[in-house]
Amino acid sequence: MALRVKALESLVVEKGLVDPAALDAIVDFYQNKVGPRNGARVVAKAWTDPAFRSRLLADATAAIGELGYTGGQGEHMVAVENGPGVHNLVVCTLCSCYPWPVLGLPPVWYKSNAYRSRAVIDPRGVLAEFGTALDAQTQVQVWDSTAEIRYLVIPERPTGTQDFDEAQLAALVTRDGMIGTARL
Amino acid sequence: MNGVHDMGGQHGLGAIVPEPEGDPFHAAWQARIHALTLASPTRGNIDAGRHQRENIPGATYLAMTYYERWFEGLCQMLLTGGFITPAELATGMADLATPPATPRLIAADVSAALARQGSYIRQIAAEPAFCVGNRVRTRNLNPVDHTRLPRYARGRVGVITRYRGNHVFPDSHAHGGGEDPQPLYSVCFSARELWGPAASLNDTISLDLWEPYLEHA
Repeated sequence: MALRVKALESLVVEKGLVDPAALDAIVDFYQNKVGPRNGARVVAKAWTDPAFRSRLLADATAAIGELGYTGGQGEHMVAVENGPGVHNLVVCTLCSCYPWPVLGLPPVWYKSNAYRSRAVIDPRGVLAEFGTALDAQTQVQVWDSTAEIRYLVIPERPTGTQDFDEAQLAALVTRDGMIGTARL
Repeated sequence: MNGVHDMGGQHGLGAIVPEPEGDPFHAAWQARIHALTLASPTRGNIDAGRHQRENIPGATYLAMTYYERWFEGLCQMLLTGGFITPAELATGMADLATPPATPRLIAADVSAALARQGSYIRQIAAEPAFCVGNRVRTRNLNPVDHTRLPRYARGRVGVITRYRGNHVFPDSHAHGGGEDPQPLYSVCFSARELWGPAASLNDTISLDLWEPYLEHA
């Protein structure tokens, strides 16, 4: 594949269709400038700032935009909040829709045939494979990203973190917690 | 289309392999094909791009890794858009008879372009046909071309939980039929409605569905 991609890149660059420096800049952006630390900051702020949490739940696109996280695959954001008795899980069964501005590009498993097929029919089995055991009373809410709405799970704040500041809290928030395959 | 890409509910598609946070790419070529797709002159119609990948023959699609599908989809988009010829793709050599193009995206504009906040919401005159709380049944539609109504959720009864505004309609937009914006709703289904009595009583699955997919239940 490496050779085939290189050949295609050479061709479109030679034809003037693509600027090779733009490719370098795009790669740098998705490798180094966006990723799940953005989403972790959103979550930590929601935990510590009740007014922000309200705005996030009412209009996540605008609230996330306040922190400067905008762009493709984040045009229409929705935040879904875990709580006692409720656990949210996000999937895209038809392709691999994922909120790039807050989580970066998805991990391989999120895009895999296995996750896409199973998350909707066996969410509890999937969660168990991630080490996330839920009791039968807890409601699992699965969100299949079939349109341009992108979902961000707000995990439950871990206990014993009353004295943590926003940065300390953000460090506890994992990518899988914001997809919903893990709890914190 | 009833393609293999429509995976929800299938069994036997392998194991899930968790991975730690880190570099989203596992080889340099993956980063390049991702960037090539975003910088390509074919960029701009996300629905057509998705449909190109869905059109990969089923057995091939299943055997491919994610970015191999992106490579195949981009080659097809460039060919059908007339940006490259089959001969150029086969040889890797540009046909010198065609004048050089101007790149759609240059390096200096990349950061702004990637952070630009677009929208798929459009204004239309018609009022949405459904309200929050309405029970709806998904239509039993089996189009041969692009749709975002998965097979597992056809002919099922759910409840409208949110009206999301009028969004570009992929079933039209993917095929040059224009944006044809339609009301979009979040529709919540019980796990038992979708998967039968063995499913958990409490669990739900929500999908974002356009009005033409729905009828009153």
